[in-house]
Amino acid sequence: MSDIGIFVSVVLTVISAATPLLFAATGELVAEKSGVLNLGVEGMMLVGAVTGFAVTTVSGSATLGIVCAALAAGGMALLFGFITLTLLANQVATGLALTLFGVGLSSVVGQSFVGTPVDALPKLAVPGLAAIPVLGPILFEHDALIYLSVIMVAAVAWFLYRTRAGLVLRAVGDSHEAAHAIGHPVIRVRYLAVLFGGAMAGLGGAFLSLSYTPMWGENMTAGRGWIALALVVFATWRPARVLLGAYLFGGVTILQLHAQGVGIEIPSQVLSMLPYLVTILVLVLISRDQAKVRLNAPACIGKVFHPST
Amino acid sequence: MSRFKLVLGALLGAAVAAGGAALAEELKVGFVYVGPIGDHGWTYRHDIGRQAIEKALGDKVKTSYVESVAEGQDAERVIRQLASSGHKLIFTTSFGYMNPTMKVAKRFPNVHFEHATGYKRDKNLSTYMARFYEGRYVAGRIAGAMTKSGTIGYIASFPIPEVVRGINAFTLALRSVNPTATVKVVWVNTWYDPGKEGDAAKALIDQGADVILQHTDSPGPLQVAEARGVWGFGQASDMRAFAPKAQLSAIIDNWDGYYVARAKATMDGTWDSRDTWGGFNTGMVEMAPYNERIPAEIVADAKATVAAISAGTLHPFQGPIKNQDGEVVVPAGKALDDGALLGMDWYVEGVQGKLPK
Amino acid sequence: MLLRLESRRAPSVLLTWLTPVMAIAATLVTGAIIFAAMGHAPGQALYTFFILPINSGYGFTELLVKATPLALIALGLAIGFRSSVWNIGAEGQLTLGAVFGGGVAIFTHGSESIFILPLMMLAGVVGGMLWGAIPAYLKTRFNANEILVSLMLTYVATLALSALVHGPWKDPGGYNFPESVLFGDAALLPILVEGTRLHLGSLIALLLLVAGWFVLARTLLGFQVRVVGMAPMAASYAGFQQKRMVWIALLVSGALAGLAGVFEIAGPIGQLLPVVSPGYGFTAIIVAFLGRLHPLGILIAALILALSYLGGETAQIEMRLPQGITGVFQGMILFYLLASDVLIRYRLRLLAPAAESRS
Repeated sequence: MSDIGIFVSVVLTVISAATPLLFAATGELVAEKSGVLNLGVEGMMLVGAVTGFAVTTVSGSATLGIVCAALAAGGMALLFGFITLTLLANQVATGLALTLFGVGLSSVVGQSFVGTPVDALPKLAVPGLAAIPVLGPILFEHDALIYLSVIMVAAVAWFLYRTRAGLVLRAVGDSHEAAHAIGHPVIRVRYLAVLFGGAMAGLGGAFLSLSYTPMWGENMTAGRGWIALALVVFATWRPARVLLGAYLFGGVTILQLHAQGVGIEIPSQVLSMLPYLVTILVLVLISRDQAKVRLNAPACIGKVFHPST
Repeated sequence: MSRFKLVLGALLGAAVAAGGAALAEELKVGFVYVGPIGDHGWTYRHDIGRQAIEKALGDKVKTSYVESVAEGQDAERVIRQLASSGHKLIFTTSFGYMNPTMKVAKRFPNVHFEHATGYKRDKNLSTYMARFYEGRYVAGRIAGAMTKSGTIGYIASFPIPEVVRGINAFTLALRSVNPTATVKVVWVNTWYDPGKEGDAAKALIDQGADVILQHTDSPGPLQVAEARGVWGFGQASDMRAFAPKAQLSAIIDNWDGYYVARAKATMDGTWDSRDTWGGFNTGMVEMAPYNERIPAEIVADAKATVAAISAGTLHPFQGPIKNQDGEVVVPAGKALDDGALLGMDWYVEGVQGKLPK
Repeated sequence: MLLRLESRRAPSVLLTWLTPVMAIAATLVTGAIIFAAMGHAPGQALYTFFILPINSGYGFTELLVKATPLALIALGLAIGFRSSVWNIGAEGQLTLGAVFGGGVAIFTHGSESIFILPLMMLAGVVGGMLWGAIPAYLKTRFNANEILVSLMLTYVATLALSALVHGPWKDPGGYNFPESVLFGDAALLPILVEGTRLHLGSLIALLLLVAGWFVLARTLLGFQVRVVGMAPMAASYAGFQQKRMVWIALLVSGALAGLAGVFEIAGPIGQLLPVVSPGYGFTAIIVAFLGRLHPLGILIAALILALSYLGGETAQIEMRLPQGITGVFQGMILFYLLASDVLIRYRLRLLAPAAESRS
């Protein structure tokens, strides 16, 4: 393969490694911006992955599979919302319990699908643009979910900072009491944000089981839900930085695999630490401006709200 | 809350005791799994073996299993619970269960224990393992004939002797066909992460590999091979469904025969403590059907290799064998013995990179 | 809204006590329905899940062995959570504690000195604190969020332990398999009840819970923890105080998690393995909140969580229930308990709305 060919191929690998993280982290960002911390991302992703796979296999329609993945993970998020927003339970613990629940549920649902293949999502080349050398395959020759993941980041950025609804959502996350006092429906806004977060985690899961490695295997997320959570923090709650973080993390992961392949004599465990260490390092560099981080961090994150006060 | 449970317990306990006594004298066989059955890899194959016992012995046996038992404090408790709940034959299917199995075996002298992949035995504790490296040797013969680039990508899990042995057997066979071919190894530090395994395959293919071999559990790497139009081998199961064009063959774990035999032996009182390290000759290791696109003479060579290993006329680790520095470590006319194979921690010539230690 | 909580204006003592019972009842009913749907006799299934694991003396000691790391870690986390310091990386601190403590055991292997065990515990505490100090330093010096740093460091610690046990620390007589030597008697915790695995660590954990209660309820530090947690703005007037809390929270939780790591390897495991914890550091977060960040509550919550794990195992053995079902059931128990727990807290909140609404 030519050098340029290798470059394109590596970039494509990074993009697909980053996409499940991008979906889940963007969704979680919206939930957190509204003041809700849902640690159940891993569980929601798994439910999305198994639902997407199962529906696609049974119905033959990947589109239906993807929609159902978002709905099923959204259902998980609804459960989380009911327990934390309506019944006012602690969000951190409920989120962790949601992960236990989701791991179990996906395993039960997926039992009969282990060992069956499914066709990977088709690549949709943008006519004309895909033929551009280098940039064409990198930007314009992906499956629908990869395009969607980037579109969603832009859409979320636009929604949060350019629309009135986004302003309300941020207001709710920054001070639910103030938002409530002005008459914003705090709980309803949070429900919607949590549902969106769930649906996005479901899409991330569906990407795993329908595109990244088109198969179902128990626990196939292998911790990606946790990385997504970390990326939201890494991004200091800004959508564009989620994009940056996901590609950075994916990039370092892929690079360390390449480094091993070319025979760099550093123990593989140390190389495997790199993505985590680089993430910490970059976080330290971008967190130094306290005021900016404060500005973006939702002040009410994880806090219970009840309108009766 | 505790009182509630006590009352409930007293009521239900009586009912259970009454029901339990009426059961026939079937042999209860227990299994401890390190992963979920749905991993489609190591644990999945052991569970197929468990089902084989039920198929073969019908209602004379009852099997139980516990999935995803961590190799920490949990293992001993689960094994002991199986032993104390009437299981007379217990298979513990991961290396990390060695010491817990040993401890429980001492406490339950009338229960038979079988530990996979370990080396500690006792009067009532056998060990068993399969010579998967024989399968990897056959894979090496095929890969050597099929590769055009002369670079093979090898996705490895953890630097343990089992994995190193596989890499070496594969490389020796590879270079017996294609003396200049080399093997690039990438350690992913996991047994199971479909995405990461697949990414490792992509990296290796980008670096020129046109055959991929994996010592991890998921079909991820094979799917990548299929999509990129290179070759690969299945792991643990026949994974053809995931890569109909790319899978050359697969190295299959087959515990069925062993499990049925040990259950029978327990039933008729002939069970003894032993160390089993079975290869092609015992059926524990099998090659999946060869890909139709492999030229006939290469398939014939693979089949002949299986037959020769099975008959004992070919030893995968037959000298002369050179290490990475080009020094002859096994002279011509000699073969490595099982002790040296068991603890293997060095690469043969032809493997690129350093073995992490 | 389906539920309107404010309708219960008058705080009812009866309900406060009744809600956990209701949660248990709801769990049993839902469990019964699930088990019946799976074709199991519901009564027997519930018995298998909740009673069978602990209906012998041995079973009960196993419950304590399983609960020990959970309670110990949760105690440390509770101090941090009370002061809004989000240590999500106790798993990594536990792992590093095991690395440090295990290192002592391996390097002193063969010695019978009575100082080995105390030294291991000390080393474990230091290891855990060290791993907690990194997020504390980065938080106080560079404002780096401790959730991310502590979580990422968990992966680093796990890989470090794996590298050591696959490499230099593997048993020289162990055919290069990835595990350390079996620790000598001097490096193992004394067993409290002959024939069981109940070890000294469980007793120490209990004493630490009592000590933790005392510190939180009766000392100035405990008061500060509460103030910082409830009114960070007020506390930030003091400036230094919040930074000090970050340090204290991460060092204490790191120390206790590290100690839990040593207890695991010097107790039931007896050697270093590539992985020493099946996620205690994460489960302990649930324990901390289920126990309402209170030492006594944590003790009870740890026992409940431990029982749910043991019950999952017996249910797999006795009823061939798939592991997935036990996970679903476990999640449900927690949902019910958490939801009911908050009903109680919410009642208290009505008495002092201004202060509690930020907790």
